[in-house]
Amino acid sequence: MSEWLENHLPKVVLAPSFIAVLIFVYGFIGWTAWVSLTRSKLLPKYEIKGFMQYERLFDSPRWDTAINNLYIFGALFIAIAMVLGLLLAILLDQKIRVEGAIRTIYLYPMALSMIVTGTAWKWILNPGLGIESMVQGWGFPNFEFDWLVNPDYAIYTIVMAAIWQSSGFVMALFLAGLRSVDGEIIKAAQVDGIPTWRIYTAIIIPSMAPIFLSAFIVLAHLAIKSFDLVIALTGGGPGYATDLPATYMYAMAFSRGDIGQAASSAMIMMLVVFAIVVPYLYSELRAKND
Amino acid sequence: MKSIALATASTLAVMAGSSVLAGPQAEVLHWWTSGGEAKSVAVLQEEFASNGGTWTDMPVAGGGGDAAMTALRARVLSGNAPTAVQLKGPAIQEWYEEGVLADISSVAEAEGWAEVLPASIAGHMMCEGAWCAAPVNVHRVDWIWANADVLAANGIEMPTTWDEFNAAAEKLQAAGVIPLAHGGQAWQDATVFETVVLGIGGPEFFQKALVDLDTDALTSDTMVQVFDQMRTLRGYVDENFSGRDWNLATAMVMNGEAAFQIMGDWAKGEFLAAGKKPGEDFLCASTPGDGYLYNVDSFAMFDVDGDDKKAGQDLLAKLIVAPNFQKVFNLNKGSIPARTDVALDDFDICANLSAEDMGATSDAGSLLPSYAHGMALRGAQSGAITDVVTAHFNSDMSSADAVQQLADAVANSY
Repeated sequence: MSEWLENHLPKVVLAPSFIAVLIFVYGFIGWTAWVSLTRSKLLPKYEIKGFMQYERLFDSPRWDTAINNLYIFGALFIAIAMVLGLLLAILLDQKIRVEGAIRTIYLYPMALSMIVTGTAWKWILNPGLGIESMVQGWGFPNFEFDWLVNPDYAIYTIVMAAIWQSSGFVMALFLAGLRSVDGEIIKAAQVDGIPTWRIYTAIIIPSMAPIFLSAFIVLAHLAIKSFDLVIALTGGGPGYATDLPATYMYAMAFSRGDIGQAASSAMIMMLVVFAIVVPYLYSELRAKND
Repeated sequence: MKSIALATASTLAVMAGSSVLAGPQAEVLHWWTSGGEAKSVAVLQEEFASNGGTWTDMPVAGGGGDAAMTALRARVLSGNAPTAVQLKGPAIQEWYEEGVLADISSVAEAEGWAEVLPASIAGHMMCEGAWCAAPVNVHRVDWIWANADVLAANGIEMPTTWDEFNAAAEKLQAAGVIPLAHGGQAWQDATVFETVVLGIGGPEFFQKALVDLDTDALTSDTMVQVFDQMRTLRGYVDENFSGRDWNLATAMVMNGEAAFQIMGDWAKGEFLAAGKKPGEDFLCASTPGDGYLYNVDSFAMFDVDGDDKKAGQDLLAKLIVAPNFQKVFNLNKGSIPARTDVALDDFDICANLSAEDMGATSDAGSLLPSYAHGMALRGAQSGAITDVVTAHFNSDMSSADAVQQLADAVANSY
């Protein structure tokens, strides 16, 4: 008995969570896929009608805007947050004084919820209350900064707020990476008289490749599931200029009683996530097998 | 330990006893949770209790009813629907088609609802000929509110056509006043849009375009003119309007920063709460053009098991439409009673104007459901139209493009 238990204990302990994940994650992915093939409106129906929800989705200009915004937001947010985070980490790594305090200051935005970030930036960027009105008050009446209310630029205000929120976290990741690089190698390079920027570009950064990957994955999933920031900062507006797939899905499922359409947009979001995560998992698994 | 067991046993006994002895039971799902609204619902709750009923309140706040609808969906799917649910417009028929609504025709006929409700409003309460919902109030949507002092100072009368409105707006703009206070949220854009459709196209066109979704009407020259007027109105809005809440826009009219606001009569509540007097400090009039756009709140009755619940449903339906509740509730909420035989002496001049117009337009056949407030169309269709309206209003899209997109969006929404 005790031997059986010893052999099977890990399986027994893991079984409940395995079953829960199987049902509540994969089971419901399957359910959503099914519903996305039906004409479900207010309540789910299970009669399969083919891919008409996907056709509707791709015919919708609002979905086009949402998916384009995801590309713009995702690309800029991930790229800038990583560059900024790396830069901050490198600067902090110069053995400066009160590093702990500065690190905390940069990391703190992460402690705020996206709703708080969104609301604060909404006030900062509001032309009548925030930066524009302040600079105009300083005596520059022609100063304009109306991105928040300009449908062509509003998506960039979301990028700004998201970067402000997350770059400190990326900095912490990179700082840990920088500290983990073998000091002997760096000293050897310094002895050889190699300039500091070369040490960073040729030795330290390449050896941090796994950190880049982790940061990328964390930021990418933050970008794809972004919802609360948009709701708090712009409410999807002006018009629907800052809609993201997540807000589109919410509107369809909960405001419009169009569950089939919401399910099809959820499936597309999942495919986008797969497109990013699957290559990552593949490379991870292959590295282990080697 | 023994005393706990005893206490539990006696509690159980009391609970069991109460469910056997109980009179009418009603569990009511609604999202009237803010100050004035909560007070209005409490009126119904008290009346229900004083008639021997047991009221179980199920308020679900948030998202303008979205959260409540999610809760409702979960309850219906689990086979345990609430007795009555705050629902309105075609959503009632949508739920009926899911086969979950109850028939309350016996109450409606005993109380003679058909005689006291305007025909087009009664139509919303029927599911294939049977009564399935009870109306609570009538909000008028096509109101234009104005600051009386600002108009007087600039020598402007309340406009009766959109051309007059545009002329007045030019004058105000030249005088440095914001002509139109507006909040850039999709539903507010839609509210203005539908009053323009009614004003420029007239009631028949409104019916064809926004109720019947007739493609010819949606792509007509009249619709192009409507979008032209929307573009003109965009020029009368201050540049800081994006995302502004409607009550902040009302405040701009109140303090003279802006002259007009186009908004349903819930805006009146803001004026009154600030101690402003209708007819003196602020003016109310219907938006330019004929017709009347209504937004009727109602309670739909869901199919429930048990005689006590059915009795509760009947009692609730009866009380909701009874004159006393209609009067007290609407005095609190700023709307007008749905039944036409309630004395309006205690109501203000705006409410009296609204009731008068409701009677007149009902006879003339121009009493129409508001599309922007979910009375005319189902969620998917009205949402599709709102997407185009708000995209046009917030960009430099041409009217011709907007009309084309409108037709495409409607066709794609089924």
